[in-house]
Amino acid sequence: MTNHLETSEMLLNMGPQHPSTHGVLRLVLKLDGERVKAVECVIGYLHRGVEKIGENRTYMQFAPYVDRMDYISAVSNGLGYCLAVEQLIGAEAPPRAQIVRVLFAELNRIASHLLWLGTSALDLGAMTALFYTMREREEVLKIFENYCGARLTTHAFRIGGLQYELHDTFEAETRAFSEMFKKRLDEYEKLLTKNPIWVERLKGVGILTAEECKSYAVSGPMLRAAGVNWDLRKAQPYSGYEQFDFEIPVLHGADSYDRYRIRIEEMRQSLRIIDQALERIPSGAIMAKVPKVLKPAPGEVYVSIEAPKGELGYYIVSDGSLHPYRLRVRPPSFVNLASLEKMAVGALVADVVAIIGTIDIVLGEVDR
Amino acid sequence: MLETLKRVFLLDLLDGLWVTFKTQRTSNISTEQYPKDRPKVGERYRGAPRLNINPDNGETLCIGCDLCAKACPENLIVVGTERNKETRRLDLTYFTYDLSRCMFCGLCEDACPVDALELTQDFEMASYTREGLIWDRQMLEEGPRPTRYTR
Repeated sequence: MTNHLETSEMLLNMGPQHPSTHGVLRLVLKLDGERVKAVECVIGYLHRGVEKIGENRTYMQFAPYVDRMDYISAVSNGLGYCLAVEQLIGAEAPPRAQIVRVLFAELNRIASHLLWLGTSALDLGAMTALFYTMREREEVLKIFENYCGARLTTHAFRIGGLQYELHDTFEAETRAFSEMFKKRLDEYEKLLTKNPIWVERLKGVGILTAEECKSYAVSGPMLRAAGVNWDLRKAQPYSGYEQFDFEIPVLHGADSYDRYRIRIEEMRQSLRIIDQALERIPSGAIMAKVPKVLKPAPGEVYVSIEAPKGELGYYIVSDGSLHPYRLRVRPPSFVNLASLEKMAVGALVADVVAIIGTIDIVLGEVDR
Repeated sequence: MLETLKRVFLLDLLDGLWVTFKTQRTSNISTEQYPKDRPKVGERYRGAPRLNINPDNGETLCIGCDLCAKACPENLIVVGTERNKETRRLDLTYFTYDLSRCMFCGLCEDACPVDALELTQDFEMASYTREGLIWDRQMLEEGPRPTRYTR
């Protein structure tokens, strides 16, 4: 009598409705029991053709669309696009606008990392963290709403500077947030950093060494968790980042746990930048002299900034007309997601959830 | 040794649970009871559009310059004008605003030279039909009908 268990490999569709894939990512997993043999990402469920839309809009008109790529850090997206077009037309935002831009970009970095922390902790079963992070994120969003009238898709910056002057209560609000958030960060660490379950789930999971990171062109916190000191805010400062005193946290574990710690530390550094920026907002104009109808000379430009998720680049080709001839976005999530296969093969199914969580993807940006 | 004891007695977990219990006061509740209590949105909130009228004589402030329609990324504003023979100025004949395609970016508001078109703090714009989302001039000037909730 033969009595042996069936041991054939199994194909499993994870997503696009799976909550841990943070949107509409579909993973086709080839499983041997609980072990992942192969993984294939199927993307495109949220494709809206943003780059093509860019070719059919004027430079000013396209600005609101970039907010809708990485909708969690819309301010950073807008900053990158504005810097790219400003370089194309040879304009520069006035000093006041630059510092305010840095302020909002850093507030947005905190908001983005908070959402990441809450949702990826939720994926791993630590539900409490989500409520706390969402509560603090709300404070940031309120500052955004009071400044520019929208919470998520802000459209806060315009080409050449800012549209809105800072609102009267901005400084008090931001100071109160910074004061409160320092304590809250310690609370998150109390909840998670030494939590045995959290450590067990993350430590040694999803290792991507520095060499592999470089060959996959991974950027952002993932790269810095692997021991590479590379941050565009320091490496090629933009929008006045060179005036600020802050550190780039670097860890060498290259695993999910270190990616978590890097992001916590980055929030601390962002607070430092915010505190310094609040002290030195210069007075003066907020908008540079920019023609009402933008018609850049033929040419091309590539500008990249350090978005919360990594290097966000805009490549714009102008043919001298009102619309860009070609507009290409280099999104951090899309490039970082490519390394998923390297990390997930050989891991358990439950680890795949942890790995996706710590890559920090936004599908609006992956699919564009 | 100390680490082992800490693990056995789950001290780290207690540390985390302490954070949870610290926030049990009712004054810390941040949930909004939306239809009952309407949230106060920011002063610059970009919500439902409005076409301002001159409060003294009830005439529209819009001069029919078509700049908002040109600024709109979605081409959802249609401005109809007619040249007035006597005053030599443009008279507004119709103005439609398609809310179903609007993303509230505020570019039309910025483009308006006379502050006639404005995005207000209204945020309740739901409609049962697609046609109901295309606002005509009357709707834009008088605003949406107030919503009443009944059980």
